[in-house]
Amino acid sequence: MTNPYFEILRSGINTTIQDVGRNHLYHIGITVSGAIDQRNYKLANCLVNNKLNEAVIEFAYQGPLLKLKNGNSNFAITGDIFFNIIRNNSKIEEGKCYQNYNLKDGEQIDIISTKKSAYGYLAIRGGFELEKTWKSYSINTKAQIGPNNGKKYSINEKIFINDSTSENYENKKINYKDSFNNTIRVIKGTNFDYFSKEAKNIFFNQAYSVSRLVDRMGMRLDGPNLENIINTNIKSEGLIRGVIQVPADGKPIILLSDHGTIGGYPKIAVVISADLDKVAQLVPGTKIHFKEVNLEDAEKLFKDYSAETNKYLNECS
Amino acid sequence: MIKNICNLGDAAVFCDFGSDVNETVNEYVIDYFNHLTDLVKQEQIKGITNLTPSYNKLIVSFDISIINFAKLKKIIENLNIGKYLKKDNQKIKIPVCCDIEYGLDFDRLINKFNISKNEILKFFFDKEYFCYMTGFIAGMPFLGDLDKKIRINRLETPRVKVPEGSVGITEQFANIYTSESPGGWNIIGNTPKKIFHRLNLQNPALIKPGDKVIFYQISKEEYLKFND
Repeated sequence: MTNPYFEILRSGINTTIQDVGRNHLYHIGITVSGAIDQRNYKLANCLVNNKLNEAVIEFAYQGPLLKLKNGNSNFAITGDIFFNIIRNNSKIEEGKCYQNYNLKDGEQIDIISTKKSAYGYLAIRGGFELEKTWKSYSINTKAQIGPNNGKKYSINEKIFINDSTSENYENKKINYKDSFNNTIRVIKGTNFDYFSKEAKNIFFNQAYSVSRLVDRMGMRLDGPNLENIINTNIKSEGLIRGVIQVPADGKPIILLSDHGTIGGYPKIAVVISADLDKVAQLVPGTKIHFKEVNLEDAEKLFKDYSAETNKYLNECS
Repeated sequence: MIKNICNLGDAAVFCDFGSDVNETVNEYVIDYFNHLTDLVKQEQIKGITNLTPSYNKLIVSFDISIINFAKLKKIIENLNIGKYLKKDNQKIKIPVCCDIEYGLDFDRLINKFNISKNEILKFFFDKEYFCYMTGFIAGMPFLGDLDKKIRINRLETPRVKVPEGSVGITEQFANIYTSESPGGWNIIGNTPKKIFHRLNLQNPALIKPGDKVIFYQISKEEYLKFND
C-alpha cells in the first residue's frame, strides 16, 4: 500500500517544496532558500494542524493543477489566490484562502493564479513524504538541492503525502487581513556612503517599481539611477536576505531567499526583517518607496510582526 | 584583527577586518569563523544561523527572534581569539587540463600578457594557493594570490554558461566553477575532479576557507581517464 499522493496535471510556472530554509551553509556557498513569505507558509501549516516547520508547496503567479490519488486528505491554501476544488461529481467549488478543506481520492485542486501578490502556499495534513537535504525540505533550483533533485515540479510527476491517521478534520479558519502598503522600511547599508548626496536623496524620496526581472534569487527595480561616487565594485563579501545592492548600472536589486551567498556590489540598504515577507510578494510594476528606520525601530517592528503572526496562529490552533 | 563591528540590517553582524586583501588578514577572519563555528556547534551561543567569511569580512547572521545585534556584538568583541588554536587546514591537489578546448581564454591572455601559453602555465602552476573563501555558487573556492605577471580583469561581457570544472583567473585570484554557471572569469583550463559533492551531505565542499591548493597539469588523455 503506497501513501496518498498528488499527481501533477499542470505544473504551474514555479512550483517547489519549501519550508523554513537551510542554515549554517553560507560559508560553502549554499543559500538559505525556504518559503519566500514565511508568515503565509506557517499559516498554511497551522490551518491543517501541521507542525509549523512542515514542508509545503510554494507556487508563483500560475499555480499547479493537482489530483489527489490513493487516499483522502485535508489541505489549506494561503496567500492571495484564485483557486477551485474540482469534486468527484464534477462540481467545481470556488476555494477560499485561509481555511482548510477535505479532499477525497480523485478530487483536484486547480490553483489558477495569484491575485495581487506573487506567491502562495498549499499545506497538506501530515506534510509531504520527502527527505531533507541539510536539515531542510526546501528546493533550491539554482544549486539543484532538495526534493525532486532540486528542480521545479513538472507535469505528470507525483508528490507523496505522509499518511495522516485521522479521518475527522476540524474546520479551521483565519481572518487574514493583508497589511500591504508600498513603503518598504530599510536600515542603511554598509556601503551607504559610496553613493552621492543626490543618490541618497533619490533613494529615500523617489518611487521605484518592481521590474520583470524578479525570481526567488532577487528583484531588480526600475527607477532613477543611483550614482556611486567611490567604487561600483567592492571586494566580494557575504550577503543576506534583504540586502539592497546597486551594480554599476545604478539600479537597485533586492536579494531574496535564493540569493548568492557572496557578492561584490555595494550595499546601499537592507530591508528590515519585519518587511521581508511583504517585499517578496511584490509583483512587477508595483511602485514602492524606501523609508529609513534605525536598528532599535527595526527590532521593535519585528516584535510587532511576530505578535501579529502569533495572533493569526492562535486563531487556528 | 577586527577594525569595526556594525550591523548589516537588523539580523546580521558585519565584522570588518579592514580593506587589505592578504593571507594574514584572511587568517584572522577564518580564526573568528572557526571559533564561532565551534561555539555554535557546542550550543554555547544560540541564535546564529550563518557565518560567512570572505577576504576581509565576516558576516554573522542570526535569528532576530532569539538574539539581537547588541548581545552578539558583545560576544564577538569578547572572544579570546589569541588563545584560540588554529585549525589544521588541508593541502589539496587539483589536476587541470589546459588544452585549447578547456582553456577558453588563452588567446585573450597571450595577447594581454604578451607572453607564451607555456609561460602563463608556468606562472600559474608554480604557486601554492590559499583558499580565502567559498561561495557565490555552492563550493566555489576563491584562491590566491596569482603571480603578478598573470593578473587580469574579468571579461567585459561575462559568459552565459561557464562549464563545470572550469578554472578561472581574475585580478589576484583563481577559482573553480563547481557547477555550470554564468561567469566572467578568464578560463585557463578544466579539472575533472569533483570540487562540490551535492550528495555528500557530511562533507560536500572539497576545498574550505584556509585550505591550501596546489594545481598540477594533466594531459587530455589523463583528463578523460580521471576517476575520482
